[in-house]
Formats: sequence, C-alpha cells, structure tokens
Amino acid sequence: MIRGHFRVMVVNLTTGKTTIVELPGRDKYLGGSGLAAYLFGEYGHIDRDWDDPEQPLIFAIGPLTGYFPLMSKTCCAFRSPYHNQYTESYAGGKSALSLRFADLDALVVTGRAERLTALCVGSRRVETRDVEYLRGFDAIHTGRVLRKMFPGSGRRSIMRIGPAAENLSAYACINVDTFRHFGRLGGGTVMGAKNLKGICVLGDRGFDLPEGKTYPKLYKDIYKQLTTTEMMAKYHGLGTAVNINPLNELKSLPWKNLQQTSSPDANAISGETFADDTLLRNAACAGCPVGCIHVGFVREQFQTNNQYLYRQVGYDYEPIFSCGGMLEVTDAPEVLRILDVIEKEGLDCMSAGVALAWATEALEKGVISPDETVVGFKWGDAETYMRGVEMISRPPNEFYALLAKGTMRCAERYGGADFACVLGQEMAGYATGEVFFVSEGLGFRHSHLDSGGYAYDQKHEDKDVKKALDFLIKDGHERIVLNCMVGCLFSRGVYKSDLLDEAMASVGYGDLCGSVAEIGKRVQRLRWRLRLQMGYRPDKVKIPKRYTEITTWKGPLDTDYMEALRQGYAARILAMGSDPEDDG
Amino acid sequence: MKALRAARMERCIGCHSCSLACARLVHKVLSWNKSGIRISSAGGLSTGFEARVCLACHPAPCAEACPTGSLTQRRDGGVKQNKNLCIRCGECAKACPVDAIFLDHEINPYVCVHCGQCVAFCPHDCLEMVDLPERDGKGGDA
Repeated sequence: MIRGHFRVMVVNLTTGKTTIVELPGRDKYLGGSGLAAYLFGEYGHIDRDWDDPEQPLIFAIGPLTGYFPLMSKTCCAFRSPYHNQYTESYAGGKSALSLRFADLDALVVTGRAERLTALCVGSRRVETRDVEYLRGFDAIHTGRVLRKMFPGSGRRSIMRIGPAAENLSAYACINVDTFRHFGRLGGGTVMGAKNLKGICVLGDRGFDLPEGKTYPKLYKDIYKQLTTTEMMAKYHGLGTAVNINPLNELKSLPWKNLQQTSSPDANAISGETFADDTLLRNAACAGCPVGCIHVGFVREQFQTNNQYLYRQVGYDYEPIFSCGGMLEVTDAPEVLRILDVIEKEGLDCMSAGVALAWATEALEKGVISPDETVVGFKWGDAETYMRGVEMISRPPNEFYALLAKGTMRCAERYGGADFACVLGQEMAGYATGEVFFVSEGLGFRHSHLDSGGYAYDQKHEDKDVKKALDFLIKDGHERIVLNCMVGCLFSRGVYKSDLLDEAMASVGYGDLCGSVAEIGKRVQRLRWRLRLQMGYRPDKVKIPKRYTEITTWKGPLDTDYMEALRQGYAARILAMGSDPEDDG
Repeated sequence: MKALRAARMERCIGCHSCSLACARLVHKVLSWNKSGIRISSAGGLSTGFEARVCLACHPAPCAEACPTGSLTQRRDGGVKQNKNLCIRCGECAKACPVDAIFLDHEINPYVCVHCGQCVAFCPHDCLEMVDLPERDGKGGDA
C-alpha cells in the first residue's frame, strides 16, 4: 500500500484554492463507493439542492487500483440533477490509473467557476484554465483540444462534457477518454453547473512495491484467471452486445418502447451482426487486459463523386438496446450514427434512447403532437432520432426542455406516464420480470448493476418474495465491496472475498482481511442513509403500467408478486438507511 | 541474443499490462511510466496505440552518452543497466533517437533491457522476442 489513510485533493472552483486532505477511515470505508459516500458526508450538503455551487463532485478509487488487473474503474459521486438525491456512476478508461498515479485516492471538486474552465491535476500539478471558447463544443472535439492543452499522451485521463451538460440536461454524461462514460443520472450536468468543461488527470508518478515474490506471483495468478475464463472470453469477444439474441429468445428484450419483449428483427442488431458488419477493433481500460470496449465503424458518403467520411463509435449491449431495439432501428450502422450524435452531445445514451422511444409512442397515440416534437418520430427512422437527440441536448421548446429533465417529468406534464419506461430513471435493457423491475425501480443507483435482479429472474421460477429480497440485499452488498475496491463488475466471478483478502494482504492491507464483507454492509447502509436524508421514499415508487402489460418466457407478468416485492424491498431499504446513529 | 520488439502494435488495446509488468517485475515499482515500455495513443484513442521502447541500437547512443558506465552496450544491440553507477544526469534520454528512455522527476532513467518479462502479459500478442544478428562485440557497423 502507499499509505494507510486516504489522500484527497479538494479543488474549490469558486475560490481557486486547492487543498490536499489526509483522512483516516480505510478500515471503515475501504475506498471507491465507501470513500465517496464518506466524502459526501464531509463536503456535501443535505439541505442544499444539487446545483448549489458548494455541492461536491467526487471521483474516488480503491485500495487495489492499479495493483491488480481489472481494478481499473472510478466511482463518481454527486447529488443528482435527475432526482436531487445522492447517487454514483462508474467509469474506467484511464481515469482510475491516472488518479492512482496522480497519488490521489479521491478528487473532490467544489464551487463554481465564473467562466467555463478546464482543470488539470497530477502528482505535482494543479491548474485551471479559462476555456470559455469551448462553450458549445461537442465532447469529442473538446477532448481533442484538451489533449493538446495538457500533454501526457497515454498516461493521463481526460474527462469532459458536451453541450447537453452545459445546458443542464438532467442526464448529461461525463465522457471519459472518448469511449467510456460516467453515464447515468447526470454527472456531466454537475460539471456543467460548475462551469467545468473538462478535467485532465495526469498519472505521473510511481510507488515502491512490497518486497518479495508474493505480490508478483499473485498478480500473475489473477491475470491468468481473468484472461482465461469463459466469462472473460464473452466480454472480450462479442462484448456485452452478445446479450441481444439470448434476451430476445427469452422474450426479455425491451423493444419498441417495451410494446414488445422480442422481435424477429433483433438479429439485425445482435452482437454477432455488430461484430460482423461494424466492429473495427477492441480497446481496453488502463489496467484491464480484457479489452471489452468495442469500437464500431460507419462509413458515410457526404458528397457525390465518392466523397466519404468515417466514424468510430463505441457500442455495448445497453446502447444497442436503447437506441436500436427501443426505437426499432434495425440497422447496425444506423444505430451507431445515433450513438455518435449522443456521444458528441454528451448525453447518457440509455436515457436518451428510452426518452425518444416514449416520445415516439406518445406521438403515435396523440398524447403529444409535432408542435412539441418538431420532427415526426417514426419507429426505425434514425434521421429524426438524431435530430431528437440534438433537441434534447439543446432544447428548442418547453417539450424538449422537460424531456431533458427526464421522461417521467415530461409525461407528468403531457400525459403518457403509463407507458414511460422509467424505473427510477430510463430503464436498463432487461425485461426479465418482476425482480428486475423492482430492483431497478427502487435500487440505489436505479441501475441494472445495483444487484443481479435480471439474473435472479432467469434462474428462479418460484415466487418466494423473501428469498428474492434476501438475494437483492446480499448481492447488493457483495457488489458494493467491489465498488469500494472499484474493480470492474465483470470480474466479480473471480474476485471473491478470499481472493480479495489475499490481494489486500499482498500489498500491505492485511489488517483489513476478513472485514471487507462487513465494510460492504456498512457502506450499503451509509449510501441509503444519504439518499433517504435527501428525501428518497422507496415506498412511494411506482412501477409504470407498461411493466404490468408485458409477457416474458414465463408468461404474463405477475402483478401481485411484483407488488409484494416492491413493498418488501421498500421496507428493507428504509430499514437499512434508518439508523442515524449507525457509524456507517 | 534476443531483443524485444513491439511487432504487432496494430493489435494493441491500450491496457498498459506490459508497462505495469515491466515496472512491477524489473523495476519493482507500481507505475505505467517507470518502465522500459510505455504505451500512448497515437493521437487520441480513436487512432490506436504506439509503444515507446528501445530498438536495440548498436552502437547505442545512450550508452555512448552515459558518462559513468551505468549504461553499457549489449553485444548484439541495446544496453545493460547498472543503476548503482547512475548520477542521474539524463544524458542517455537526450541521446536516444526514439525517445525510448523515460526520466522520472528525479532524473532516474528507465530503459528496456530486453529481458522479455512483459511479453507474457500482453493479451493480444503484440510483443515478441526476436534474435538479433550476432556481432563480434566491437559494434559500429549497424
């Protein structure tokens, strides 16, 4: 280990002052998710809204970041513009290793710059630059400019926002190193509110390693396990997009705003089709040999006489579900073109796609008119969806301004809430059944990654409410342990608690062995307490009617079972976050 | 005598496993800089990656520039390093024609010694050890 305590850089954009803070608490919070929640307690404000300049934007890594393969992600925490409560988002790219080699366990940004600003931090550097001239620049172009501004190719991370975040869309993302994102719940919006266009983290120092052979030997063992398992072959090969066909076969693929759970056309946007027709190459997060990033290629003729341009666009299962299936766009290159616009505008692609799916159905049903939508959305019409993305990012009217705040916000104003595919936020791509809908609808991050509800649905035919809830809570805190390490969740089958203990011991954290499970539970309670204190009422969450109308491979959805799960999960969440005296 | 070649960099996914392996196994540090091989994007991530690594010159300009014998010529190309002899003048890095020597902020040089330990950690087989043409030890004719 580098040191026992946390080393945190706090940058105040209002005053221009930077402080390095040393904090105890590794034994209570580990790092990552736990550290971020702890830091929100130190620097955040329960009684102020998300856009109060003093609210912090937190980036935190874990004790094993850089030390072992796939310990390669960063936890970003903030009070969300989407629901005005505490939340987190995760991304990799080079963000995690850059923070490690900048010698920071966390970076906290508070305050609000007067003009649009870029921040650069490193182990021997902190600097802000006025970049007002980048206002309105898309996220890709912004990356190019910042790369020239802050040299350090390969061993730095550049996190930046596009126009959507400057315009305070509630689901604007932070683009990380071009192909990764802090996607969900508006981390980019928080940067926009702070007038912070980009952050460059320079990973410019190194650290002594423990003596002896234990650590390098364990590294080699873990590397081998992670690169030879079948699970890793899946993420490396077709990538997460491999899920399209099996979910379609299970009648669990949200399609056409969840009017359907399967389609005979799904194979046209399957992982296999994307790989055969568009895959240009793989890329990886720094510190991860798996390389799950899949970059697709689109060639476009922009003038006659053989004048072409090409685009390189990252794809995954979720972007394909949200901007392919949900919009019934069944041509892989057209899906990539929509994603390219989303990438540039800097929106969360899942929220943007699902919002447009709702708008299409609302238009079809006459709930809204072309006066609102400006363009006539039609299933499968990629060109109008690209225009729609731009209008969410840069709203020309009240309709788009509301749609940019969230689909349900818009539906509350115009109608159509019954078919808004919103589970806390625009849904993830799993129409697997009751457990998943409740898990995402009520879950901490409203993410399919909070716990494996989608897998539980697939593996259990019984409708045992207690058993399902026990699973969600247990799987939840086990994932939180990895979130505190900030390991990639793809590695969860390898990094079981014994191996984590061994890894911790090999780099000097032996005193934490045996306690990580307890820390996971503590952080679970801490995060819930933060959300509840900011007004979250899980018992008031409604699952929209659309979810009760679907049929999966199991048959029609069981509304009684789902309601029992909803009530039970809400009660458990309230219990987990209820004790104000709890030390975690 | 073998030398490391970054022969198939068009396959590189930018995971930095090679740099981390060199730092860990050769230099005993946790770093992606303090390494004989370093990966950078060739102008943004959308354009692929390149490796900064010693090309095993003979005679090696870095060894010729080294005033203390810390870097010395390997028989068939490249250099051997004795860190104890280094005075951290940085002349080696200045002399390298391909910017393959990294100097940390204390001017400690990190250069590939062609041991090949990084090769096993490349998931895409970008790296390989090749045989260098045998020389008579006097050098200068390459």
